[in-house]
Amino acid sequence: MKARVLIRPKEGILDPQGKAVERALPALGFEGVSHVRIGRMVELEAEDSADLEALCEKLLANPLIEDYEVLRDQ
Amino acid sequence: MIGVLQFPGSCDERDAVLACERVAEARLVWHGDTELGDLDAVVIPGGFSYGDYLRAGAIARFAPAMEAVSEFAAEGGPVLGICNGFQVLCEAGLLPGALLPNEGLRFVCRQVEVEVVNARTVATGACEPGDRLSIPVKHMSGRWFAPPALLAELEASDRIVFRYARGENPNGSTGDVAGVANERGNVVGLMPHPEHAVDPLTGSADGLRLFESLVRSAAPAPA
Repeated sequence: MKARVLIRPKEGILDPQGKAVERALPALGFEGVSHVRIGRMVELEAEDSADLEALCEKLLANPLIEDYEVLRDQ
Repeated sequence: MIGVLQFPGSCDERDAVLACERVAEARLVWHGDTELGDLDAVVIPGGFSYGDYLRAGAIARFAPAMEAVSEFAAEGGPVLGICNGFQVLCEAGLLPGALLPNEGLRFVCRQVEVEVVNARTVATGACEPGDRLSIPVKHMSGRWFAPPALLAELEASDRIVFRYARGENPNGSTGDVAGVANERGNVVGLMPHPEHAVDPLTGSADGLRLFESLVRSAAPAPA
């Protein structure tokens, strides 16, 4: 099966990348955009989708600083 | 004998060996090695192990040599992680906290003043609490982070080993922390590079104190 894993910085953790992007937007004429946060998306194909959470905990995300969400595509 | 780990993408391992050789014998340890053999202490050097893919240190922690280092550390062996080595130790769960991209989103490369907070670890035995060391930093993801409860626990158990001196924090780390230790004090990691501060010719020899400490901690206790 195919799956996507979304990984985001935990709430409350400063995300300087998101801030930099947010600050660049008005200069390009995009007003009213706030709370920009930048994470990662991992696409993968797994034979057994049961292990995906363990895989996230152990490698794809660092649970101290990141939240993750597994989206299983059929 | 001090062993300095070498991952694909390490770049400070040779400077670390040279720094160790000022105070002891040293050799490189390849990341694929599963035995540490004759080593009395281990240094995990700076660089960009495995390209720092995913997160700095995230892949290196699964290297065969890291399993050996975990066992070595569990037996009380002295381990010092510098910069990327600190990131690897945090990712491996051998040290508390995590390293995030610098607050300013820029690579920082400059000399900083670092204060010794705990002088009873394997990396600070030759220092006194409050000593100020002039050591360079050079990193992109050096913002050590711990949630408030973890920080309080680490402060209460004296596991903050180094702090940036007031006004010197180059990366926005929690509590100005520059380096931490495990519970037993035999695993220490820090972002600044003591191996680049071992000769007055390059500005400071303060970094030598960490390697002297490491050798001292590795020496068998007098009978």
